Order: sequence, then C-alpha cells, then structure tokens
Amino acid sequence: MRENSISIIGSYKTKNTVEKIAAVVFKICAFFAVLAVFAITIYMIISGTPAIFEVGLKEILFSTVWAPNAATPSYGILYVILTSIVGTSMAILIGVPIGVMTAIFLAETAPKPLAKIVKPAVELLAGIPSVIYGLLGILILNPFIYKLERIVFQGSTTHQFTGGSNLISAVLVLAIMILPTVINISESALRAVPLHYKHASLALGATPIQTIFKVILPAAKSGIMTAVVLGVGRAIGEAMAISLVAGNGANLPLPFNSVRFLTTAVVSEMSYAADTHKDVLFTIGLVLFVFIMLINLLLNKVMKGGDKDVS
Amino acid sequence: MSVEISIYNKRIRPLDGLAHGIIYLCASISIFLLAGIVGYVAVRGISSISWDFLTTVPSSINGTFGIAGNIVNTLYIIVLTLLIAIPFGVGAAIYLSEYAKPGRIVRLIEFTTETLSGIPSIIFGLFGSVFFGITLHLGFSILTGALTLSLMVLPLITRNTQEALKTVPDSYRSGALGIGATKWYMIRTILLPSAMPGIITGIILSVGRIVGESAALLFTAGSGFLLPKVGNYGEGLFQKILQPGGSLTIQLYLSMEKAEYDQAFGIALVLLVIVFGINMLTKYLSNKFNVNKF
Repeated sequence: MRENSISIIGSYKTKNTVEKIAAVVFKICAFFAVLAVFAITIYMIISGTPAIFEVGLKEILFSTVWAPNAATPSYGILYVILTSIVGTSMAILIGVPIGVMTAIFLAETAPKPLAKIVKPAVELLAGIPSVIYGLLGILILNPFIYKLERIVFQGSTTHQFTGGSNLISAVLVLAIMILPTVINISESALRAVPLHYKHASLALGATPIQTIFKVILPAAKSGIMTAVVLGVGRAIGEAMAISLVAGNGANLPLPFNSVRFLTTAVVSEMSYAADTHKDVLFTIGLVLFVFIMLINLLLNKVMKGGDKDVS
Repeated sequence: MSVEISIYNKRIRPLDGLAHGIIYLCASISIFLLAGIVGYVAVRGISSISWDFLTTVPSSINGTFGIAGNIVNTLYIIVLTLLIAIPFGVGAAIYLSEYAKPGRIVRLIEFTTETLSGIPSIIFGLFGSVFFGITLHLGFSILTGALTLSLMVLPLITRNTQEALKTVPDSYRSGALGIGATKWYMIRTILLPSAMPGIITGIILSVGRIVGESAALLFTAGSGFLLPKVGNYGEGLFQKILQPGGSLTIQLYLSMEKAEYDQAFGIALVLLVIVFGINMLTKYLSNKFNVNKF
C-alpha cells in the first residue's frame, strides 16, 4: 500500500478519535454547571455549620440580640431573618402591582409610539448596577423619609431617630429594583396570550378592561407568577443597594427602625470579622442560601406547572 | 327609569374608568421613577466627569482622584471572565442541544443551570472568597474575581447559545451530515457560525452583568485602584491578574461609604453610559439578525 494513498478507513479512524474527544469535552462542559452548584452547596454548608456547633442552633436562629463584639458575645439573628422576610414581602407588595399594571399598560393599553419608547427604557433599567440604586437611595430617599419620620414621631422620647436609614427606605429601594424584572417578564407573559382569547372576549361584548382583567390576566397567570418569584429572588438576594440605606441595626423590622438584612449583615461585617463572628456570618450566608434554594425549587414548580409557551 | 336600556346607549361602567386610571397611574409611576433615576444620575454626574477623572488614579500626593485604575481592572475582569466562561458555556449548550438525549441528565443540567442563575451575587462572593481565595490560595485577586463571575455568567451564555442553536434549521444539520461531514465538523463549520448572533448576544449580556456586579467582587477581587505596572516586555500585565483590583462598582461603593458623593455620581454616570452602550449593541445585533432570519 502506498504511503500517501487516501484511505477511507485510515481517515475514519482519526476522525473517530476527534469525534469522541469532542463529545467528551462537551459533556464535561455541560457538567460544569452541575459541579458548580454542588460545590457552592457543599462549601456553603461546610463554612456555615461550624458556628452552629460553636454557638448552638437555637442561640443563632431564635435569639434576638446581635452583639458579636460585646464582652459576652451574642449572635442572635432572628431579627435579621425577620427583616429579610418582612422587607422582601413588603417590596413585593409594592413592586408587583405597579410592575404588573405597567406591563398591562405596555402590552395592552398604551399607544404604540409611547410603548416603543418606554419598553427599551425599562430594559435598560434592568441592567443598571445595583450600587447606583443604593446611591440614589441615600441621597434622595433617606432625607425624604427622615422628614416623614420627624413628622410621625414628633415629640416621641422613646423613638431612636434613624436619619431616614430604615426599613421603609430599604423596602422602597427594593421595590424599585424589582420593577424592571417584574415588568419585562409579565409583559412577555401577557403578549404570549393567544390573540383569539382577546378577540373572543371582545366579540362577546366584554369591555377592554373586562377583557384584560378577566381573560388576559388569568391566562398569563403562570408567567406573572414567574415574574413574582424572580422578583422575590432578586429582592432577598440584593445586598449592595440596601446596605447603606437600611441603617444596619439589628432591630425588629418596624417601618421606622434601622434594620439589617441577611445580605447587608454579611456585606457590612465580613471585612473585619474574625473567628466565631466570621463563622456566624457564613451561617447567615447559609440561611440566605437555603431561602434562595427554596425559591428556586418553587420557581421550577411554577414554570413546569404553567403553559410552555408562556414561560 | 331615566336611561332606557338600549344598544344605542353605552352603559357607563365606573369600575372600568377606575381600572384605566390605575393602569395609567402605575405606568406613569414606573416611567417617572425610571426616567428620574437616569436623569438625576446624569445631571449630578456630569460635573465630576473630566479628562483627569477618567485618566488618573487616586493619589493623595498629587491630590487627584481618578478612576483609570478601576476602568482597567474592570476590563481585566471582563476579559478574564469571558475567557473562562465562553468555552464552558458554549460547550454546555452544544452538548445539551446536539449530543444529549432528553432524560434525567439533561433535566439535571438544565435545573442546575437555572439554579445557578438564581443564586444571588453575595453567595457567589462568599463561595468565591472561600473556594478560590482560600482553598486555591488565590487570595484577593482579579483572577479570584473573574473565576467567581464566570460561574455567575455561565447560565447566561449557555442559555443564549442554546436558544440560538434551536433556531438553526434541522435541514442544515441533515444536509451537512448527508454529504459526509462528521458531527464535530458539522458543529464547527455550520452550526456555530449560524448561531453566532445568539452567542454574541449572550456574551454582551454577560459583559453587562460583569460591569454592574459588585457584591460578588467585594470579597474576591478586593479594592485595588492602581494601574498595572507594565515593564518593557509587558511582564506586569500578567502579574496584575494575581493582584487585587476593584472594579468601577466597587470604587463607587467605597466612595459612597466615605460620603464622597460627587465621585460616586461621576462613576455612576460612567457605568450608566457603559450599560446604555451595551444595551444599544444588543438591540442592534438582535435587529440586524432578526431581519434575515430564514
């Protein structure tokens, strides 16, 4: 056989190896995400549990006093957890209705030229770095809330004035931050509702408003649920925007109290914490991680339960 | 009855009017808020932007405050992150849409990708600082930050590539395979070029995410603000990767903590301009490629 003859058998062999290598390489790439999630889960558990043994699970989760630097340190994060839950739900209660209404406006009632300007603007806002929201929160929202605070607590001797850095400010910042997410996803859910639903409803004599609220909204339910769950995820995981706005005292989450979220506790103290204090911060991270995982599972359920074309 | 019920008289529905009012009110609240944010940052920031602001580093000796170092750090982080994330992200998408058969494994991979995109950046920051920083001994460095962020943008790239591969018609695949191309050859020469717009969109979105990220970088890339010291043969360029370097967002956060709001607004405006540019680019690309979409 000549050396340089073209053989379909020979080239088939090299091709075969290349093919096999390619297949394996792609498979490895694909498992990278799985690996990453497992690694993150394991590391969060490994770094979050030592404090539980040191301090005691009950001490951490159900004690309300956060004084890591005191002579007899106390690491209760009950108020911190409560703040995250209350703050997130308040932000959702404010942000979701406004967001969904805006989505209805964009998808249904807005004049076309106006929608064409507003929609790109909303998309742009989804990309704005969260620190910028925090900056504006400090400079615009805090002074305003402080004025409100002075009016509400006029003459009160027991209230600790926060200078505007309190739960309300943080909730408002969070509500504004989740707006773009809620608007974008709800709008595409509304647009995905088949047109003949709308036509049929209008033809039966329903007014446009009745059509929107009784036909289109229910049909887009699962997409809107997705928007809400993603909004919850964004709000509960946000750190930088609210770390300077919320005031950072570990207090009961009342509107005019200086409060500390799970995320802001980590951000504000991680840089100087040591030993047990640092371990507890990782436990806070673990608690946050558990919340996020629950939200993710919920999201997975919602997306699967909904219509495929909506999600 | 004062109003006769007739098809000629339109029944007045006060609730409809109210609902309309609410919709318009909410929409104007959102629009006002969003426009207000951009406008306020632009007005407050424009006065601190100057050539010096963009080209110097903070120095108490020269009395300057500039963000050149942070801009360079941000670029380093973007390039490194993409170098790590693109091969893995695109590879994963190719596996999912070309090789894998639907089943348990695909569901697992898709679920974890979904999960990864839902994990907040602060958790990535904690994980990155422990795993890359301490376990792998990379400390506070640009590399640690880039590795952390590449996990974060991986789902974005995977999902966009997957979507793009879905839009490539099956006839392309059968055509290529039919004339004797092997699968890898077909992917390399037919699929990837056809899916390029989608892949690029994913990359640009990732750049946007990287530019805006702060919580994940605070504990990983640290907060250095100096320009890399480049030697005659460019040797400093690579050492910079192992040194701490704060991105624009980190510097913004630090300025905010020190209550130096003018600097903060200057940086905020720079960030807004970048985000705006990225947005335009994505729009342009998706418009351009949607027109001749088969």
